[in-house]
Amino acid sequence: MVGIKSYGAYIPYYRLERGEIAKVWGGSAMYPGEKAVANHDEDSITMAVEAAFDCLKGMDSKEIDGLFFASTTSPYREKQCSTLVATVLDMGREIRTADFADCLRAGTTAIRSAVDAIKADAAKSIVVTAADCRLGFPYSQMEHTVGDGAAAFLIGDSDVIATIDDCYSISDEITDVWRTDEDNFVRMWEDRWVIMHGYSENVAEAVSAIMKKNGLEAKDFAKAVVYGPDLRSHDALMRRLGFEGAQVQDTLFTTVGNTGAASAMIMLGAALDEAKAGDRIILASYGDGADAFILTVSKKVAKVNDQRGVKGFLESKAPLPSYGKYLVARQLVPLSPTAAIVGRGSATVMWRTKNWVLGCHASKCRKCGMVTFPIQRVCYGCQSKDDFDEVSLSQKKGKLFTFSLDNLAAVGINPPIVQSVVHFEEGARFYCMMTDCDPQQVKIDMPVEMTLRRLHEFGDFHNYFWKCRPIREGGA
Amino acid sequence: MESIKDKVAIVGMGCCKFGELWDKGANDIIIEAAYEAYEDAGIEPKDIQAAWVGTLNETAGVTLSEPLKLNRIPVTRVENYCATGHEALRNACFAVACGMYDIVLALGFEKLKDTGVGGLPVGRGMHPVLESRRTAPGTFAFIATRYFYTYGLSPEEGKRTIAKISVKSHHNGSLHPKAHFRREVTLEQVINAPHIVWPLGLFDCCPTTDGAACAILVRAEDARRFREDPIYIKGIGLSTNQSLPHFEPGIDWTGFEMNREAARQAYEQAGIKDPRKEISLAEVHDCFSITELINYEDLGFSPKGRAKEDIDAGTFTLEGDLPIQPDGGLKSFGHPIGASGVRMTYECYKQLQGKAELPQRQLKNARLALSHTLGGPPQVACVFITGNSLG
Repeated sequence: MVGIKSYGAYIPYYRLERGEIAKVWGGSAMYPGEKAVANHDEDSITMAVEAAFDCLKGMDSKEIDGLFFASTTSPYREKQCSTLVATVLDMGREIRTADFADCLRAGTTAIRSAVDAIKADAAKSIVVTAADCRLGFPYSQMEHTVGDGAAAFLIGDSDVIATIDDCYSISDEITDVWRTDEDNFVRMWEDRWVIMHGYSENVAEAVSAIMKKNGLEAKDFAKAVVYGPDLRSHDALMRRLGFEGAQVQDTLFTTVGNTGAASAMIMLGAALDEAKAGDRIILASYGDGADAFILTVSKKVAKVNDQRGVKGFLESKAPLPSYGKYLVARQLVPLSPTAAIVGRGSATVMWRTKNWVLGCHASKCRKCGMVTFPIQRVCYGCQSKDDFDEVSLSQKKGKLFTFSLDNLAAVGINPPIVQSVVHFEEGARFYCMMTDCDPQQVKIDMPVEMTLRRLHEFGDFHNYFWKCRPIREGGA
Repeated sequence: MESIKDKVAIVGMGCCKFGELWDKGANDIIIEAAYEAYEDAGIEPKDIQAAWVGTLNETAGVTLSEPLKLNRIPVTRVENYCATGHEALRNACFAVACGMYDIVLALGFEKLKDTGVGGLPVGRGMHPVLESRRTAPGTFAFIATRYFYTYGLSPEEGKRTIAKISVKSHHNGSLHPKAHFRREVTLEQVINAPHIVWPLGLFDCCPTTDGAACAILVRAEDARRFREDPIYIKGIGLSTNQSLPHFEPGIDWTGFEMNREAARQAYEQAGIKDPRKEISLAEVHDCFSITELINYEDLGFSPKGRAKEDIDAGTFTLEGDLPIQPDGGLKSFGHPIGASGVRMTYECYKQLQGKAELPQRQLKNARLALSHTLGGPPQVACVFITGNSLG
């Protein structure tokens, strides 16, 4: 039976109290709580990578047949992102990849496509990632509602923690929430119409139809995981559909915000964090129509326990101290350069060094065993030539060997930069910046983990590379 | 392998006034340094048979040929990070030592103050992502953090220790008419200055400066035809590291093998057994105060991990046993990269001749002088030893 074999999530480290937005623009917060904010070096690709690593913890990524990436905030208009994510995950070349874009239900549509491919025996397993970091216009309602985050699900036909029993989709042509090809900020038509004839009507129709088709009623579900653009609309729809109390999965609106294409999937992750064998779950997402799914949790759910999951990433956080820091994190204002940055971008260089740039591969000498990053053809230790194996450091933990707090390097971003030399147990040293940290708490020997981040735009494309960060505590 | 000892002599040197020379171009400072060297050596421009120019940022030998109008002689640009100036001298030495030329010129310069922003640029173009936000202070501060940790100095003790180095060098620079900074600073000023890169504060960093320095070299046997007091080359060591230290497995970040190797080569050529006793003065690379500290140890002036004792004892002041940076070093002269190795040698040359500009900064009985550059991330070190007598 096709279903979910594993899942993972990613929620950025930084959170913005909605009150901070109100402080700047006046009035009181439109909504309670806080929202998750991707750091200046994060985007939908890097967040999808994080969620996928969380999902695939302890698994061999080379055994997976494909990777899908879903987002309305793809960093590229032309160029696939799923290939990049798959390369970071070390999945190899003989896989199917696809990007699902431009629609708030792109994540669930990607899941449905994976389910169909597996049912058709075209693949045994596919990892589906969804990530979004949408921007609301400053001083708009949307600025309060949208948050950033990602989720990943490994879909397959064996050892599933939840079966996907049925899928149902409807398509609806409606310009309710949109961005044209030139927009950075999300636009929407009058909210009453958007909620009434866009969100509520479509989701209600899909949920009712799939329940009817399967002879089920609201009371038959342990959890209703239904996308919600805001608290009130979600509450109203849940009541209309007959879901109540513990049945209703929290939208994470007050802790993360509306994460767009990732939203329903992050909610499903949160539901699975708490699920018991036998639980029946209804999942529904919205965007130019709606997708609905019926899932049944299996006994294997208890075995998937070493992910951080939604819970783990929710617990690990730090507040953005001000709206100003939010503007910096989302790069909404240009910062004055205080020094010249030299550098270059080269698509060919990045292409031929992608094993270590994206895969985080070190070379391990077959003669003397020395492990060095980046890959060295001639061994530092014994000078043997082209005699090494590649080992990935991406999921290894290291210790901070030395560091400095660099105010000069932080041109156009958030000073200081924590310049870091990481020491790995394997012997390799890794020079990188530290991200998602409090510089004043950085100490020699502190444990760190690696995280893929966006470094710069030289060459007029996005250059990704690894940084380290303090280990995010929380979850397993 | 033969030693370079006593095969080559410097018979003339020049050095421009260092500083933020807004009103001067590279050509102006090159002319200033070269014409002082011609006059000092008692030669005409037409006597120069070949030249080497050291510069990090400018390209090709013509950066020298054009301002000096060098009569179509061979001119080569050399570059080896912060050892660039030394590299110009080193190649000039080999050229006269082998007999191909009789009189050659080596000049180092850098014009840094035309970029529109303070400090050196951020990043490095070796690979698009490997060092994308690397800065010089960001890297050299790694040494301070790790050195303090390794030798049990609290950040406060560590900062106080390296602050003494800056106070000493500022004092020396205040006595030198050509220095960029000619002002004394107090220990408290240094310690309390804003951080450029923690743990390094403003006064732990050398300034960004324009400057040029020049030397005229001949074979040792010809030297006395030019002047009574030529300065002889005693040893040249150069070592390059095979990796960026940042990624090198096993290095301790409290000193560098390339430093020790460059010193070993130079000491062996010069026949120096106990550098602490035999060297009269040294100009060591002090891009940052912590760099000077580890150089004391790497060059054999202080035992490993114990430079603090010598700093506290005043060993390296003008009045101490082994004055270091008698002209104020990079701390006072700044670090116009190509110029520095030659500028350091200029101080060694003047001190060994007894011709320091002011009597209060002239060292007594100087015999052997060492200059040293440590360049790149760091990845190259050069040790250049000169003396005022043969043998």
